[in-house]
Amino acid sequence: MDLLTASFQDVSSAVKNKKISAAEVTQFFLNRIDRLNPQLNAFTHVNINAVADAELVDAEIASGKNTGPLSGVVFGIKDMLCTKGMPSTAGSKILQGFIPPYDATVVARLKKAGAIIIGKLNQDEFAMGSSNETSFYGNCKNPWNTDFVPGGSSGGSAAAQASRLTMGTIGTDTGGSIRQPSNFCGIVGIKPTYGRVSRYGIISYASSLDQAGPMVSSVTDAAKSLEIICGHDENDSTTVKNSVEEFSKNLNPNIKGLKIGLIKEFMLGQSDPDVEKVFTSAFNELKKMGAEIVELSIPLIEFAVPMYYLISASEASSNLARYDGVKYGFRSEFKDLSSVNLEDFYAETRGEGFGAEVKRRIMLGTYCLSSGYFDAYYNKACQVRRLLKNQYTEAFKKCDVIFSPVTTTPAFKIGEKSTDPLKMYLNDIFTTSTNLAGLGGMSVPFGMSSENLPIGVQLTCAPYQEQKILNVAYALEKVSLVQGKVPRVY
Amino acid sequence: MIDEKKIMHIAKLARLKISTDEAAHYGDQLAKVLSHFDQISKIDTTNVEPLVSPLEIDFFNDDSFRKDIDQSFFTAEEMLENAPDKMGNLFKVPPVVG
Amino acid sequence: MSINTVAAPNSFVRGYEAVIGIEVHVQLKTKSKIFCSDSTTFDAADNENTSPVSVGMPGSLPVLNREVVLMAIKTGLALGCKIREKSVFARKNYFYPDLPKGYQISQYDQPTCEHGQLYFYVNNYKKTVSITRAHLEEDAGKSTHFGQYTLINYNRAGIPLLEIVSGPDLRSAAEAAEYAKTIRDIVKSLDVCDGNLEEGSLRCDCNVSVRKIGAEKFGTRVEIKNLNSFRFIEKAVDYEIERQIDSIESGTPINQETRLYDPDKNRTFMMRTKEDADDYRYFPDPDLLPILLKSEDIEKIRKTLPELPIQKSERFQFTLGLSKNDSEILTSDRMLSEYFESCGQISGNYKSAANWVMGDLLRELNQNKLTIGDSKISAKNLAELIQFIDQNKISGKIAKTVFTEMWQTSKSAQNIVDENGYSQVSDTTAIEKIIDTVIEKNQSQVAEYRSGKTKVFGFFVGAVMRESKGQANPDVVNEILKRKLES
Repeated sequence: MDLLTASFQDVSSAVKNKKISAAEVTQFFLNRIDRLNPQLNAFTHVNINAVADAELVDAEIASGKNTGPLSGVVFGIKDMLCTKGMPSTAGSKILQGFIPPYDATVVARLKKAGAIIIGKLNQDEFAMGSSNETSFYGNCKNPWNTDFVPGGSSGGSAAAQASRLTMGTIGTDTGGSIRQPSNFCGIVGIKPTYGRVSRYGIISYASSLDQAGPMVSSVTDAAKSLEIICGHDENDSTTVKNSVEEFSKNLNPNIKGLKIGLIKEFMLGQSDPDVEKVFTSAFNELKKMGAEIVELSIPLIEFAVPMYYLISASEASSNLARYDGVKYGFRSEFKDLSSVNLEDFYAETRGEGFGAEVKRRIMLGTYCLSSGYFDAYYNKACQVRRLLKNQYTEAFKKCDVIFSPVTTTPAFKIGEKSTDPLKMYLNDIFTTSTNLAGLGGMSVPFGMSSENLPIGVQLTCAPYQEQKILNVAYALEKVSLVQGKVPRVY
Repeated sequence: MIDEKKIMHIAKLARLKISTDEAAHYGDQLAKVLSHFDQISKIDTTNVEPLVSPLEIDFFNDDSFRKDIDQSFFTAEEMLENAPDKMGNLFKVPPVVG
Repeated sequence: MSINTVAAPNSFVRGYEAVIGIEVHVQLKTKSKIFCSDSTTFDAADNENTSPVSVGMPGSLPVLNREVVLMAIKTGLALGCKIREKSVFARKNYFYPDLPKGYQISQYDQPTCEHGQLYFYVNNYKKTVSITRAHLEEDAGKSTHFGQYTLINYNRAGIPLLEIVSGPDLRSAAEAAEYAKTIRDIVKSLDVCDGNLEEGSLRCDCNVSVRKIGAEKFGTRVEIKNLNSFRFIEKAVDYEIERQIDSIESGTPINQETRLYDPDKNRTFMMRTKEDADDYRYFPDPDLLPILLKSEDIEKIRKTLPELPIQKSERFQFTLGLSKNDSEILTSDRMLSEYFESCGQISGNYKSAANWVMGDLLRELNQNKLTIGDSKISAKNLAELIQFIDQNKISGKIAKTVFTEMWQTSKSAQNIVDENGYSQVSDTTAIEKIIDTVIEKNQSQVAEYRSGKTKVFGFFVGAVMRESKGQANPDVVNEILKRKLES
């Protein structure tokens, strides 16, 4: 079996039928990590017990127990998720050394399904970034060309998966952090509808926007892993009780008559020619398959980036207040604790423990919530957010799936945008509105740029309609130029 | 324009130690970002209720709320294992006045 | 209802009027915390009642305890509040080591209960106070100062609190203390709080200001925090009123500040000044969804509310004819008033029931440090005893003996009377027989009586009662004895 191309289903059956052991599968990926991770810096931590964990799965199979649909499937987890007994740092110095005594619900569900957690993946610090350059643990590189960024914030997940250091990964998406790096690295990434996937144990960046999802090599694997991690969790009151469909079983590439929406505001020639070329060719394929094209307008999309940053920074300024050097993680060194003023104790620890971008956003958010500015910034953004959601609700009365580019450009060079925060923020123009409205969104690889970097397209659905975007992605995947390609990392 | 005094006040609220150089730098960047973001001020939101989260739940008809049952899943030792400093099973911090 | 009250006297002090508002933090009596399943036991070991949620660990999320909302609704209704159809938890952002998340989850501009009012009696006048709001929030942890450091225990972090905020309607220390007591009686009667002030189940912050008589504008207010007894409330407020007047009279304006009360020295002292820099940056907590309530669900809860202590006390006074003091004592505890009412209803004699409960029963309970729930005599059995007296089956004196035996044995009055032959003899023939014997044995006393020394009548009554082992009906004895001696 070629473990680089095998699906979850293939590997899980082979492991259950004892054609290959979970331990062997795990060892195969550990070897790849050993060989390739130094060039990519995709991992912040490799699980030294991974083989032992896999042996437990093998032992269960040997004793005749049903070990679930992901038996022996090797997963890497973004460092934003808590993993019991494994460091969980959110890419930040302030959580250096933090080892949680609990698993995020997503991780617990993967383990219960038989998956092996092979390690933790690099990311922008607290998921604040679009290039993985804000990680305290060094920037991760794009496996298609290591001069380029893998995207962010789930850059480690995208790079590890594209170079097949893992069979599947989990990322998180607050304003595009699954879809954008998936797009830059040529893999499939899905951000589920807000409320589908438990946030318990996922380090919060912006609570009303954060959502975890799979970043994998195929639409089939995306569907399979999505159905395992979705569903109500009693530890997260923002999860919905909707029943979870069998996405993988229901996959259907026949999209004849499906209404595909094109948003006017996304089509105004804002993108790089390579992106437009790939987008147009995917669009033509959809038409060929019999999809019906509907033109739409969602005027407030133009304001999605400001709305997103005002809201996410406000929430983050509060969510990150718990990192104070009292209970866990980093604390500045004080010669004599008994003579330290409490305010200095906090300010030193937080000033030293957070990186520049995180501090910038905490400052922005604190400002937006502070007395005299609340109405103009945070509250105003939330009001516009409701109007935006309403416009999406109207749009989805006219179409099933919205079709758009993921980003305006393919992956950019390391260092190219990191000096100008505003320029970096505007990079999120096509992805943030999905989170603001709480919709489902997906990135699926389709073509290559002139510099041989992958380019994908984005599919967006109304709440809880993930099956529709999975089906369209499944149809597109069959004619994609990227599907099945693995970059050569030197 | 966000002046240094304002930036230092915000940094104090957020408990972030920043130098005066950094303050100037942050002041410039925040001003630039906010002036770009100010474009949302022109949208009419009269009588629009802010949307805080994409979800809303009906209390009596939804049991997402927890039943009042006390259960313990962790020991005090586990909760203190990551503490930078502790004494017995208590977290240790600088002297707090008042 | 015709209530025997007097008009509120003016409570001016040295030409000033005091204005007082109170915030009562009511610790709700749940088994688990407001946002996680940690136990709420009072005496747990250090950080034993903690979990990732109460320690504010990364990725932990609050999940609201349903019981807490029900308790808030009940209390709100009892305080005459409107229950909001939508209430929202906000985050109050500030840094302090006892605050594990760097913010406290608290209802802010959309509390579950608002716009209520309550009344109570103080020095025989009726006082009505508006309730501005009652909002839910989580308690913080506990800091202990140990040598040169501070040590933090998060057992208390996340204990559910309902903060009841009064309008600035109170005008004297006596009113302040009586208001707090009324709140305590209400939350106890609703069974949402154990009402134990010493353990901190009820904590009061008093906002006190003074103004010249006739002035419209309120003076600068000072907050006295964490008062944990009604007596301290009264003393602290009294002290603070005098202090503020002294200060103004000596030309020093009042500072807006927070003070604490020192009961040993009976004075308040400064804890901290209110900083202008305080900016809590409240915003709705996106981890918790708004609580949406339907009016029909609220009405359903309203129907389950018990009668409130103050209303019960009024009913005891004006319908059952009890004294104010007895009514107040009997209604201070829900189980006690239930015991009394049940005893009164079965016996048909509320006055006698009140006397027995207030007298013998409470004495036994207090001596044995028991609460009414542990009473060795059931309300039904006590009612039977009262009936026996009213039906002349036993004398009042024997009843005391029966009561003592009932307490010791938990047996019914009937059993004890039967076993001991305590039943009172009213049968005239039986009594005549005894009297005849007594007269025959004591001829010299008979002669004395007949010669005019009627004082010896008492001797004959005593002898007859002794002979009958105390069971002869004294009225019957008197009547027959008189007739026989004078014939």
